[in-house]
Amino acid sequence: MGRADRGAAVLDAGDALLVAQREWGAIVAALIRATGDWDLAEECAQDAVERAIQRWPVDGVPDRPAAWLTTTARHRAIDVLRRRRVEARKLEEVAAMEHEGDGPAATAPFDDQLCLVFTCCHPALSMEARVALTLRSVAGLTSAEIARAFLVEERTMVQRLFRAKRKIRDAAIPFRVPPADRLAERLDDVLAVLYLVFNEGYRPAAGHDASRVALTSEALRLASLLVELLPEPEAVGLLALMELHDARSAGRVDAAGELVPLDEQDRTRWDRPRIDRAAAMLDAAVARGHPGPYQLQAAIAACHATAAHAADTDWLQIAALYERLASLVPGPVVELNRAVAVSMADGPDAGLRIVDALATTGELAGYHLLPATRADLLRRAGRRTEAATAYRQAIALAANQADRRFLERRLAALDPG
Amino acid sequence: MRYMLLICTDPEAPAVDESAVPDIDEWVEEMDERKIRQLGEMLAPSSDATTVKVRDGRVLLTDGPFAETKEQICGFDIIECADLDEAIDVATKHPMAWGGLIEVRPFWTPATPS
Repeated sequence: MGRADRGAAVLDAGDALLVAQREWGAIVAALIRATGDWDLAEECAQDAVERAIQRWPVDGVPDRPAAWLTTTARHRAIDVLRRRRVEARKLEEVAAMEHEGDGPAATAPFDDQLCLVFTCCHPALSMEARVALTLRSVAGLTSAEIARAFLVEERTMVQRLFRAKRKIRDAAIPFRVPPADRLAERLDDVLAVLYLVFNEGYRPAAGHDASRVALTSEALRLASLLVELLPEPEAVGLLALMELHDARSAGRVDAAGELVPLDEQDRTRWDRPRIDRAAAMLDAAVARGHPGPYQLQAAIAACHATAAHAADTDWLQIAALYERLASLVPGPVVELNRAVAVSMADGPDAGLRIVDALATTGELAGYHLLPATRADLLRRAGRRTEAATAYRQAIALAANQADRRFLERRLAALDPG
Repeated sequence: MRYMLLICTDPEAPAVDESAVPDIDEWVEEMDERKIRQLGEMLAPSSDATTVKVRDGRVLLTDGPFAETKEQICGFDIIECADLDEAIDVATKHPMAWGGLIEVRPFWTPATPS
C-alpha cells in the first residue's frame, strides 16, 4: 500500500475501512487521554474512520495511518468542544497533543492503548461490563455486533456500555496502566476478559453454533496487541493457549459443522506451522521461570497439539501439568480436567474416583461437562447402562445445540443391551 | 474526589485470623495523617434506627432500618482520594473489610456536558 498515482486509486473503501478499523483502539485511547470523554472519543474515532474511507482511496494510505487518524479525530474533538464552549484550558490541552504526536514518539499511542485496555478491564466493573467495553472501545465492535455475539438484545448491550462508561467517570476509575505492585493481579483481570471472549467464541455456551469466529479472532488480535505492549510471560501464555486452540479449529468440526472429539480429529487439518510457532513462543515464556496458570494451560494444549497422532499424546505429562495448575488455581473445573488426564494415563476407574468425589461436593451442579465426563469414563469402563443415564443428564444441562447433538450421538452409539 | 465508605456488618463472613486483621486505630491515624479521612463515625445498631416516609401527606414510621438485609450499616467515613484505586486501597486497609464489608460510593458530581 503506498501513495496512489495521480488519478488511480490503490484501494477501495472496503480496504480503507479494514486498515482504519485496525487502529480503532489507538485512536479512542488517544482521545480519551486528551479529552477524558469516552463518548466523544468514540464519536471522533468514527468520524476519522469515515474520512479515511473517503480520502484514502483517492490519496492512498498514509505512511502512518494511526497518526493520520488520531490527528483527524483530535481536530474533530476540538471542533466539538469549541461548539460546546468548553473552557479554553481543555482546548489547549487537546491542541497541544497534536505537536507531541508528530514527533518520533510512535510509542505514545501504544501506551495510551495499554491504559485503555487496563481501564476497560478494571475489576470495579462487572465481568459483563468489562467484556462489552473492551470489545467496543479497544476492538471497535459495534453494540449490535457485541449483542449478537453474546445473544442479548442490542438495547441491553447499549445500556450495559452506557452504565460502564458512567461508572468510570462518576467513580473516577483512573485511565492508566496500574503501578508495578498491582500489575500482576490487574493483568490477570485483563487476561480473564480476553480468555472469556475467546472461549465464548470457541465453545459458545448457548445458541446453535459450534463456534463464533468473530469472537475468537478478536480475542486473538487483542491478546497479540497486549503481548506487543506488555510482553509479560502470562500474557504470552494466554496468546499461546489461544493460538494452540485456534490452530486446530479446522479439525474440530466436520463438513456438517458437527463437533468431532479430539481423539477422532483429522490432525492433518491442523495448522502445524502455527502450532510450532505457538509452542516456541510458549517455551520462551516458560523459560523465564515460575510459569503461571495460562502458561500451564498452554503447555497442556501444546502436549495435545504437538502429538502427531492421538495415541502419541503424553497423558502422564498432561496429568502432571494439571496437578501443578491445581496447586496454583484450585477449583472443580481444573480437577475435572485432571480426572480425564488421569483416566487416560491410569485407566477410566482412576478418573471416575476423582469425578465421583467432585460430584459429591456439588460444586459443579448444573455444569453439563460433569455428567458428560462421567458418562465418557463409564462408557470406557464398559458400564453402558450407567453411561446412558449420565449422557441423558448431560444432554438436559447442555445449553449449546452443537454440544447437545454431540452428546445425543454418544448416547445413541451406546446402544445399551 | 470524595467517596463515602458505608461500613457494614456481614454475619456470613468467614472467621478470620484476628492477628492478620488491620487495627482500626491505626487505620484512623494513617488516614487522618494522609488527609484522606474527612469525617467518620460509628453508628448505633440498626435496631435503634427509625425509617421515615411521607406518603399522601401522612408520616409513616418504621421501627428499624430501611432494608431488612443480613448485612447492616454500622458506620461511615467520608474520604478524599485521587481516584477509585486509592479509595479501594483505603477501604481494603479498614478492619471491617475483613470481618464485614464496605461499600465505596462516590459523591455525586454534576455530569460533564455531553
